[in-house]
Amino acid sequence: MGMPKQGKAERRSTRETEAEEVAATAVDTPSASSLDADVDSILDEIDEVLEVNAEDFVKSFVQKGGQ
Amino acid sequence: MSVHRVMGIETEYGISVTGQPTANAMIASSQIVNAYANYALPGVRRGPRWDYSEEFPLRDARGFDMSRAEADLSQLTDDDLGLANVILTNGARLYVDHAHPEYSAPEVTNPRDAVLWDRAGMRVMETAARLATAAPGGLPILLYKNNTDNKGASYGCHENYLMRRATPFAEIVRTLIPFFITRQVFTGAGRLGIGQDGRDLRYQIGQRADFVEVEVGLETTLKRPIINTRDEPHADPELFRRLHVIVGDANLSDVATYLKMGTTSLVLAMIEDQFLEGHDFMPQHPVREMHQVSHDPTLNHRLTLEHGKRLTAIEIQREYWRLATKYCDEKYGAQVDEQTREVLTHWELMLDRLSTDLWSCAAEVDWIAKLQLLESYRTRDHLSWDSPKLQAIDLQYADIRPDRGLAAKLENRGRLTRMFTDEQVLTAVTAPPPDTRAYFRGECIRRYPESIAAASWDSVVFDIPDSQSLLRVPTLEPARGTKAHVESLLDSCPTAWDLVRALTANPGG
Repeated sequence: MGMPKQGKAERRSTRETEAEEVAATAVDTPSASSLDADVDSILDEIDEVLEVNAEDFVKSFVQKGGQ
Repeated sequence: MSVHRVMGIETEYGISVTGQPTANAMIASSQIVNAYANYALPGVRRGPRWDYSEEFPLRDARGFDMSRAEADLSQLTDDDLGLANVILTNGARLYVDHAHPEYSAPEVTNPRDAVLWDRAGMRVMETAARLATAAPGGLPILLYKNNTDNKGASYGCHENYLMRRATPFAEIVRTLIPFFITRQVFTGAGRLGIGQDGRDLRYQIGQRADFVEVEVGLETTLKRPIINTRDEPHADPELFRRLHVIVGDANLSDVATYLKMGTTSLVLAMIEDQFLEGHDFMPQHPVREMHQVSHDPTLNHRLTLEHGKRLTAIEIQREYWRLATKYCDEKYGAQVDEQTREVLTHWELMLDRLSTDLWSCAAEVDWIAKLQLLESYRTRDHLSWDSPKLQAIDLQYADIRPDRGLAAKLENRGRLTRMFTDEQVLTAVTAPPPDTRAYFRGECIRRYPESIAAASWDSVVFDIPDSQSLLRVPTLEPARGTKAHVESLLDSCPTAWDLVRALTANPGG
């Protein structure tokens, strides 16, 4: 089935684990496979290009309806 | 028929002006189109206008016309409002539709070419945005190949398929509704936000799903239907209809676009050949199922069909695949063409992998590629789903700049499959498909730019110096005006006047 494992290989602080569980219950999505090195470096690349003020960036993307 | 038929994709791009959220989108969109027009047709004092004489946006496929008084203003797309418009040498139309720049790709005859000329459109838009931003007084414009701002607005990526007129429309409706609902599992572009305004920050498969409100209808800007009934064939109306599909997402993944066009074309072929009689997958509540399939990235949701069965989207897709395979076996046997075989094989493989190993589809399915990025980023930084950073990733996935867009980043690393090289795409930016009337349209504009007053899907209008009136050459047959038909004629006509004389002497040419 398409339900990949939870990827909780390493021990985390209780606070982090709780945060993750809260997030996981808020969203019903399949969880990602454990991060491989390539994904890690993609995330670094995203950090480089992601708009600095994400909140303003997202808020200011306002469109008029189309077809 | 097989996957081969006349088809095309039109895409409205999201547009924003950096630092100016209240900038006028129509003006910004006009700057995009005009910047590209000046670049693509340099020195042409006035590019060809759009010829509206064959447009009937209020004609309904069910056999009647909506009155203009009854229509919403946004439905009157046949009025020339003086908005920017250019017809390109590849046969495409680049223009301002409502408040978005739109690239309507030239007509092609198969799914691979549909992908290629759609890609060419992305390249056109990327170049246009760069030029518009660099122009004196230009705005810093960014373009996005997506379908919603997550605040209530949606804009479309429409597919068009030429079909036999004789096929009863009711058959098309009953077969396509379940197909469109369930194909989302591989065509969805992914969206962080549920509801038209995206206020519920959960992830869903489709960008467009929540904007679907009715099963069948003429409208495209409000009360959006699963099946759109606009009946402008842009071909002989006695023989053809053009199915105008508005439920699809704008895909960044080539393979997603390829399978979307290929599988839909195959299903249409089965409808045309009445192969699906006795096979009915109509859900009890189609609109609700459209939303629910999209809202379930685990792909476990079961649709309740009219006859009571409960099947997952993948199971229903498997039925369509099984029937399509049987149809092609019976109709073509070993003679089946390569692209049809490829679509069938890939379709089956896709459905298998979707049900056994979701993440293995990340290189081909947009919603899975995006979800993987979001999940990885969220896990690394311990973010909750309402983090603006995740919403920014959702948006930037569709940024069409190669150095900023996240889908483009994935492509550069080979994590999102590309079907064409940069060179092939670049060629398609200027060259028309060789095997439809788009060839005649595009080549006329390339060869005689000063002499084309207007053009449209089904006409080229010549403005010959010293001639009293404009001369309209109808191109009502999508399969005529191909390279094979007209290249030598065009080669023998150094001027538009020569061409017009040759065409008038031999109207069948």
